[in-house]
Amino acid sequence: MEKIAIVGVGQTTYEKSKEDTFAEIVFEAATLALSDAGGDIGDIDNVVTVSNDFWDGRTISSMAVMDAAGSWDKDISTVEGDGIFGALYGMMRSLSGSFNTTLVVAHVKGSEGKMNLITNAMFDPIYQRGLGIDATSSAALQARCYMEASGAIEEDFALVSVKNHRNAINNPYSQLPMEITVEDVMKSKKIAEPLKLLDCSPISDGAAAIILTNESGLKRFKKDPVWIRGVGHCSDSYTLGYRDLANPRALKDAAYKAYKMAGIKDPMKELDAVELYDAYSYMEPLWYEGLGLAPEGKGPDLIKSGATNMNSDLPVNPSGGVISAHPVMVAGLARLIEAVLQIRSEADKRQVKGAKTALAHGINGPCGQAHGVFIVGI
Amino acid sequence: MSKMESENIYYEGRIKVPYKWYVGETGSRFFIALRDKKEIWGIRCPRCRKVYVPPVKNCWECFIPTKEWVRLKDTGTLESFTVVHYPNEVIPKKPPVVYGLIKIDGADGSLLHFVGDIDISELKTGMRVRAVFADERAGNILDIKHFAPIP
Amino acid sequence: MGKRTAIVGFGQTYQRSSRKDVNGVELINEAVIAALADAELTIKDIDAVVIGNMDHFEGINYVDMWSVEGSGGVMKPIMKVTTGGTTGTTVAMCAYYHVASGMFDKVLAIGWEKNSESDTTGAIITAFDPIWERPNIGGAIAGLAVEASKYMDNYGITERDGARVAVRERLHALNNPYAHLHQEWMKGMEADKIVDLLVTSEQNQMLAYPLRMSDMCPRTDGAAAVIFASEDIAEKIAPIPAWVISTANRHNYVYLGDINWDANDTLEAASRKVFEKAGVKEPLKEIDICEIYLPYSYAGLKWMESIGFCGPGQGPRLVWDGVTDMDGELPVNPSGGVMSSNPIGATALLRVGEAAWQIMGKAGPRQVKKDVNLALATGFGGCNWADVMLLGKKRPS
Repeated sequence: MEKIAIVGVGQTTYEKSKEDTFAEIVFEAATLALSDAGGDIGDIDNVVTVSNDFWDGRTISSMAVMDAAGSWDKDISTVEGDGIFGALYGMMRSLSGSFNTTLVVAHVKGSEGKMNLITNAMFDPIYQRGLGIDATSSAALQARCYMEASGAIEEDFALVSVKNHRNAINNPYSQLPMEITVEDVMKSKKIAEPLKLLDCSPISDGAAAIILTNESGLKRFKKDPVWIRGVGHCSDSYTLGYRDLANPRALKDAAYKAYKMAGIKDPMKELDAVELYDAYSYMEPLWYEGLGLAPEGKGPDLIKSGATNMNSDLPVNPSGGVISAHPVMVAGLARLIEAVLQIRSEADKRQVKGAKTALAHGINGPCGQAHGVFIVGI
Repeated sequence: MSKMESENIYYEGRIKVPYKWYVGETGSRFFIALRDKKEIWGIRCPRCRKVYVPPVKNCWECFIPTKEWVRLKDTGTLESFTVVHYPNEVIPKKPPVVYGLIKIDGADGSLLHFVGDIDISELKTGMRVRAVFADERAGNILDIKHFAPIP
Repeated sequence: MGKRTAIVGFGQTYQRSSRKDVNGVELINEAVIAALADAELTIKDIDAVVIGNMDHFEGINYVDMWSVEGSGGVMKPIMKVTTGGTTGTTVAMCAYYHVASGMFDKVLAIGWEKNSESDTTGAIITAFDPIWERPNIGGAIAGLAVEASKYMDNYGITERDGARVAVRERLHALNNPYAHLHQEWMKGMEADKIVDLLVTSEQNQMLAYPLRMSDMCPRTDGAAAVIFASEDIAEKIAPIPAWVISTANRHNYVYLGDINWDANDTLEAASRKVFEKAGVKEPLKEIDICEIYLPYSYAGLKWMESIGFCGPGQGPRLVWDGVTDMDGELPVNPSGGVMSSNPIGATALLRVGEAAWQIMGKAGPRQVKKDVNLALATGFGGCNWADVMLLGKKRPS
């Protein structure tokens, strides 16, 4: 199969509330990605936008960003899901022979909707929605299942919050850079037990964009390519209660495919940095297991060991992760952008020294039902 | 040119579109038994023998139609739970609200529902619970009021 | 270079006004089972799933996740794409790119809708800009009426011309057991006579001039599924696969107020691109049948011109001359089209599936009585979103 490169990345800062409209933040991210690549909109063959009608409060939410995404008189399509799936579709389109270069841009303004109501609408209207369940309360059920399965305690999860908010101090795009302690997390307001305020990500506003190209389109841009070395995506079943919430088998499947494509046998050793989707603190050790960084039930041991801290064996979420800035629909694409910056050694204060291979991860659906994994490298 | 005045004007809206979701024949049988007889029924996959509650028209692993209805008990085991401390427009109760994943005896998975009649400090996974049915039942999931601990 | 890709299976539910007997997930399952049966495959053979619909038409957020147990996507790669009315063709294009990329061999594309469960017009209004256009635009019909009256004024088009398209679509639907509208009373009547009835009958309510009830598409419950396969296996699965020759789309408007009402210029641009890639120079001569997304009658005149089947203002002559009837030079919508069945999220995918079946020779009573080498399918959606896909019998070189 032909190789696909990421040649441009752009992101807005992620904030609690931005004044700019959807279209304005899309334009900001898209133009940042173009200038990063050293190209202009004329170098782009087609566009994939990422948005969600519930989050945007608008049917055909992508209709609103056509001009901002630069898709006038170009082929365009829209993925409704996390941005990492938009990147996957962009990659397919650049591989298809129809296009050389693809711009992928995702946006959300979480500040303009109500998270609990919007995520309540992802539950089945007949059997679950009437109970008032939402992203956070369902995540809490998953956290408890994981504690039962792994023996993790709340303090273990708190370590994720401490590590990632500290990492965010080095990331000017992040929303919640904080120096906090396990005790701070444990004492923070109870939200949905066992989750406390500092176990939960904020809801952010922001947009992110990347430019993908096949080898033929590479010469249009000035930037050195970062190559996509492996990808995988997979969905588990939906119904809460019938999915093993403590066993992220869909992530295992997606990661297996990505590693196989990238020729990675021991991810813990061969990866230099990981950016994963920690919407809630407990997700990080659970996704460690899904990504094969820790054996089943041993995710908590890995976070406790400190091996995923900055300047350790395998830094996870040098950017501060999703727990420090959570632009829904955008966050997985932001993970991919951070992975690219690591490979380019352009991650400034959050740079992992000598990073050559990095992993980015995004999720869809309640309790991480579906997963997308990218491996990027030189 | 004089500087233009600026202020952050916003426009408030709400997407209010009415819906009715048909439950389908399979789900309707479940709700009719629940409403009229206070009975919980599951449905079994003929191939993998898994019992689903709420019922499904097709087994999603085997991808074949399910057929055999199975009468289940109103008792089960609490597999997971959370105590929610925030209120919002869609939770039909005042906080603290307890959600549970309840593995009903004879089913292969858990049912998402409320846990009630309980001191929150006594909640623990593995505890035995029993369905408490609503006095007024309308043929929906709230015909089960909640699951309560079996003393 | 990408993989050549073909359609190897198509399935649909019966398109009906209301499917009270199933929920959305179960409806999706019916179409998937039908498509798998058509291709003689099982769900285990499917490498990836693509699905689409509009969130506010069903009131479900993350439909791909919610429906996975019916769609067959459990433990498979799944992706949701959505672009409004075009969603069905957008899903088809996405499945096509999945295969053409070389990453997947057999991909299932699904579109669905339960129109009976919601207030679709209420939801469509929310497609427009909340600040600038939502307070003063009334759903889909008004915009289409503006387009029709402008077209009538430009070329001296009459209400009879519009009605003639409606008659064609409804007569064709009588051959399609899956179609929602079966207007049996039209059977055996001269098209001319039905047109006279439609433009004079008081029962045929005027909705927004010049659009009467008979000029519009219905609201339908239904689902469709199409299976795409790579060149490595397509011919092993289907004796005559329908190859994707070329596909393109355009969406050049954010605001309804900006639309150029004189021409469907996005459909024109997308069609031009598709023909250019395929080397089609004379569409009317070279294309054998069309499944065009015509949500209302006058589109069947004007948009024929936009695609390039005839010059400006010549759409009516094409239709009155019978060119687009079942036995004409270019049968349009043998299935009865959107005006006979409109499960919105599935509507454009039905166009693709029906066009594929004409090539595969599987269209039964609605199969056109001639050799089908090239078939065109289109999708139309919000603010003139236009998707075009050209299918062919001959494996692309």
